[in-house]
Amino acid sequence: MLAIVDYGVGNLFSLKSSFAAIGQEAAVVTDPAALKKADRIILPGVGAFADAANKLAASGMRETLMEMAAAGTPLLGICLGMQLLFDKSYEYGEHAGLGLIPGEVRPIADVIPKGLKIPEIGWNALRFPYGKHAIFRYVKEGDHVYFVHSYYAVTSPAYLAADTEYGAYLTAAAAKANVTGCQFHPEKSGEVGLGILRAFCEWRPEEETVC
Amino acid sequence: MVTKRIIPCLDVRGGRVVKGVNFEGVADVASPVELAKYYSAHGADELVFYDITASFEGRKLFTDILTETARQVFIPLTVGGGINTVEDFARVLNCGADKVSVNSGAIRNPDLIYEAAKRYGDQCVVLSADVKRVDGVFRVFAKGGRENTGMEAIEWIRRGAENGAGEIVLNSIDTDGVKNGFDLEMLDAVCNAVSVPVIASGGAGGIGDFVTLFKTLPKVDAGLAASIFHFGEVTIEELKRACAEAGIPMRI
Repeated sequence: MLAIVDYGVGNLFSLKSSFAAIGQEAAVVTDPAALKKADRIILPGVGAFADAANKLAASGMRETLMEMAAAGTPLLGICLGMQLLFDKSYEYGEHAGLGLIPGEVRPIADVIPKGLKIPEIGWNALRFPYGKHAIFRYVKEGDHVYFVHSYYAVTSPAYLAADTEYGAYLTAAAAKANVTGCQFHPEKSGEVGLGILRAFCEWRPEEETVC
Repeated sequence: MVTKRIIPCLDVRGGRVVKGVNFEGVADVASPVELAKYYSAHGADELVFYDITASFEGRKLFTDILTETARQVFIPLTVGGGINTVEDFARVLNCGADKVSVNSGAIRNPDLIYEAAKRYGDQCVVLSADVKRVDGVFRVFAKGGRENTGMEAIEWIRRGAENGAGEIVLNSIDTDGVKNGFDLEMLDAVCNAVSVPVIASGGAGGIGDFVTLFKTLPKVDAGLAASIFHFGEVTIEELKRACAEAGIPMRI
């Protein structure tokens, strides 16, 4: 079963509909017992980092998520859910993340030229400068996906799965072993996005990470 | 580089698209779901659904239609019309909308933008303003452009962005329906007043108007239009190709 972690941040309607559209049954889970039954996990999220991290802990699902990630269950974080995968974030202070992928979340204002709008809202092209991760099996370099973000993850090339150019190269996706995340919204990125969700559902991290 | 967005707007009344037209491969052009699927498959970067019903029954039909569209269309959906309270935000967001646009509701209740942004985030709140020149001053109009509020428009929009509107749709009443191009002067004034994305609306008559818009005002993020797309005068694909050839970043 594919589980969408519902910890009270953001609307899961489109995500549920996207999996339905690619013929994948997805269950929205709100407690650790239900999450434990999952063989694949989606960690969504919009809003502020600290609030989301607190709500995830309060839901009781944080520990389960950590155990399952350690046990090799494929995990995909989306938008703020992706940012939560890193060590920490500097959004309104300094807050600890899940530490599943090495790196930290910083304001895009730090690196993009003045005059560019913040948040970055809209469609931007993907680049795979260090090889193509299995979740991008059905995606070509240069395909566009939909972004809405003011913060981005700073990570090392070893964990960078895709980037995008917005006055500077910003992390668009990151991955470490069975854990991966997209800064953009695959569920809002048309056919390209559905292809990413499909590839995630097919992904067997123990066999292949790069395609 | 983030691409410029092309956004068709669908006016919906009683569960049907007003001003429907003939499209090859679309059996029912008055079906918002079918038309949304068509636009999504043919290059639209985003869709705006505008609820122009006033009745309770119409509203129910609208949310049913919205739900069905959001189940089948996977690009951003913005909903406007009849949004007066934070509960109205909840109603359409629960049906699959990604952003909610407020207009008269924000004029009646200036706290609406702030309250909605606090609950759902700035990225979710779009301020749509109908603006017209009156004695050389940009004024905000309410009730679908029928009533002059007397408010100066640039200040109103600036304050809206400050209160949490994450995007602005500027609809120029002066150029709306004239099909002689977007209102570049008004758009320039708004772009200089806010740092959030600005969506141009009102006046698109053909492909050249979009090229002129994005070439003259690189700060404008998107162009919105209804009738030229619905009547098939311009296809979004050919429009985007022409813009790309003119050096404007487009998702093709």
